[in-house]
Amino acid sequence: MCGIAGIFAGPEGSFPARRELEQMAAMLRHRGPDDEGVLAEGPIGLAHVRLSILDPDGGHQPLEATDGSACVTFNGEIFNHVELRAELEARGHRFRTRSDTEVLIEAYREFGDEFVHHLNGEFALALWDRVHRRLVLARDPAGVRPLFYQERAGRLAFASEIKALLVLPEARRSLDADGLAQVFTFWGPLAPRTAFAGILALPPGHLLVARADRSTRIHRYWDWSYPARLPREAPERAPEAYAEELGELLRDAVRIRLRADVPVGAYLSGGIDSASVAALARSLGADIRTFSVSFAERAFDESAHQMEMAQFLGSRHICVETRPEDIAAAFPQVIWHAETPVVRTAPAPLWLLSERVRQEGQKVVLTGEGADEVFGGYDLFKEAQIRRFWARRPDSRIRPRLLERLYSYLEYSPTATPFARDFFGTGLEGAQEPGFGHLLRWRLTQRAWRFFAPDLKAALSRDPVDALRLDLPAGIANWHPLSADQYLEARTLLAAYLLAAQGDRMAMAHAVETRQPFLDPRIIAFASSLPPRLKVAGLKDKVLLRRTMAPILPPAVVWRPKRPYRAPDAASFFCAGDPVDYVADLFSEDSLRRSGLFDPQATLKLFLKCKRQEAIGFADNMAFVGILSTLLLQHHFCRVTAAPIAA
Amino acid sequence: MDIKARVRTFILEDLLMVALPTDLADDASLRKLSILDSTGVLELVAFLEQAFGIQVKDGELLPGNLDSVDAIVSYVREKLGFQVAEPQA
Repeated sequence: MCGIAGIFAGPEGSFPARRELEQMAAMLRHRGPDDEGVLAEGPIGLAHVRLSILDPDGGHQPLEATDGSACVTFNGEIFNHVELRAELEARGHRFRTRSDTEVLIEAYREFGDEFVHHLNGEFALALWDRVHRRLVLARDPAGVRPLFYQERAGRLAFASEIKALLVLPEARRSLDADGLAQVFTFWGPLAPRTAFAGILALPPGHLLVARADRSTRIHRYWDWSYPARLPREAPERAPEAYAEELGELLRDAVRIRLRADVPVGAYLSGGIDSASVAALARSLGADIRTFSVSFAERAFDESAHQMEMAQFLGSRHICVETRPEDIAAAFPQVIWHAETPVVRTAPAPLWLLSERVRQEGQKVVLTGEGADEVFGGYDLFKEAQIRRFWARRPDSRIRPRLLERLYSYLEYSPTATPFARDFFGTGLEGAQEPGFGHLLRWRLTQRAWRFFAPDLKAALSRDPVDALRLDLPAGIANWHPLSADQYLEARTLLAAYLLAAQGDRMAMAHAVETRQPFLDPRIIAFASSLPPRLKVAGLKDKVLLRRTMAPILPPAVVWRPKRPYRAPDAASFFCAGDPVDYVADLFSEDSLRRSGLFDPQATLKLFLKCKRQEAIGFADNMAFVGILSTLLLQHHFCRVTAAPIAA
Repeated sequence: MDIKARVRTFILEDLLMVALPTDLADDASLRKLSILDSTGVLELVAFLEQAFGIQVKDGELLPGNLDSVDAIVSYVREKLGFQVAEPQA
């Protein structure tokens, strides 16, 4: 796991200087503290910082092909590198190292741009083809590893993190109004947009090809896809057959993710997803250490379930207890690494966790990320199904009462109030449209827009929800509604937030590589083709996954209802009614005026409401955390002058 | 400060927090204006109980009692034992 950066100069751009590349690499050193390499060769410059996991002696980068025809800088892992190497050797390729990087470069030589279809891994890479004078950037299908770029001053510059682009003289340091609007809707900016003006993210599953004349072509090589709805949705095979196949797939997905020359550990959340991964790793003979986060507040804590699982595994387990003041203390660093505003504090405990993991000498951990998207684990999916069921008989008084069974773990459940019927009944007439399941969450998050300053509102081009709807797959209307919900969840929350601000960025802040077996492309393909009722059936979720894991895991782990991972939000930043120092500074009237992004008067009212501990709803908490993190982002990366938003 | 003024201040300063483009009409639906959502109701109830010393029963958590300034004021007055003037015959 590593960090990559580089510059490709066109006819009008200045050639990358070695010093520039070293400066970019320096901003990424937390991602790869073990080694560093730079290549400057006329119009192309590549940089790499390395976290040694595979072939510590042979994996120095940028790495050249054996015949010198190409050169690559690569962040991530190719988990099927053993099988792919054998295939390439059979086709006559020869290797000098044991590293997956060399497999990558030989795969490109063999398959051209189609090489990405042969990779089972998490990756962001830049490959310079010396023969054809073309630069190829690529990102893994689900978007586990980040890759940002900008095209300015005749140069294409790219990097694993935005901060490495901001050291370049041509970089702008302004926030992007539409990027902020996406954060305050979907919880993260949707690629290609970022929170920064002029800086783009290569979307997951995309290739970018730039040529010497500086023509740039971007194309999607992979997207989440689901079959058209069948007239009858009865499983074609017996559930046991599906369970058997899934068991084999999961086992192999974990097996190839245990490939490393360093020990591999696992995160335990207390739920079935991470427990499945850890148990399969243990059954494959891995002597894994396990790690988890706990909270003093019972509403958020799952440490009893984590300990139960650790005892079942017999793993050496470390639990990092997180107090609200720890979240507040870590938050500025969290935003430095996340490079985007966030509307929840949940990334902060994971930042603290990866710090501890690294202190324990561990570089690699398996996680259960992706299972909820792939196998249908979120309450939102069930909520949408119930609301669609209700929409078929909008006058029913019984149907909406099913919603009361959801969110029982929340102190202030939105289904437990007299106005819940109004809230969840909003938009029932659009029950068959893509986005129906998500619209309530998106609109609830957007309530923070009322705090936007007039200039920020004026700079918005269009409602992000409308823009997203125009960019959906052509066939989505023919998918099962659950498939459309899964697609939107993977495209928005997973890629833009869970794998990004809460995933890669929090782990890599301390050079910890996370590996996600549930995002193995074979599992995604298998799950996409499943009958929907094997995912969500009434109020049961992850039906097939639970059935598959039942023989392996303790019954309590298999059948316990899902509890989403959450952390204390606005309350973290106040101690006995007093704000943490930096929070008080950022929310001062003067600071808010200088920021220019939020209405000072209204924002101060929100601040005081949080200070009085009267902000009990999601909307106020998300607004507060979102505003605070935006102010921190601006403080870290932007010179606040007269124009905080790019014109 | 009278009941209506206190209720209006709470709604505008604590629930809404931002300025409305036009004045909040006393009979406007707080739900339709997205001022009152499912947790906003809980905040409103906590305010009414604390500010006026009343106890709001579960069965009284109805839009008819809470969905506008007028409805809230009538409800609070009733809870406080104010006599509603009978219309003159």
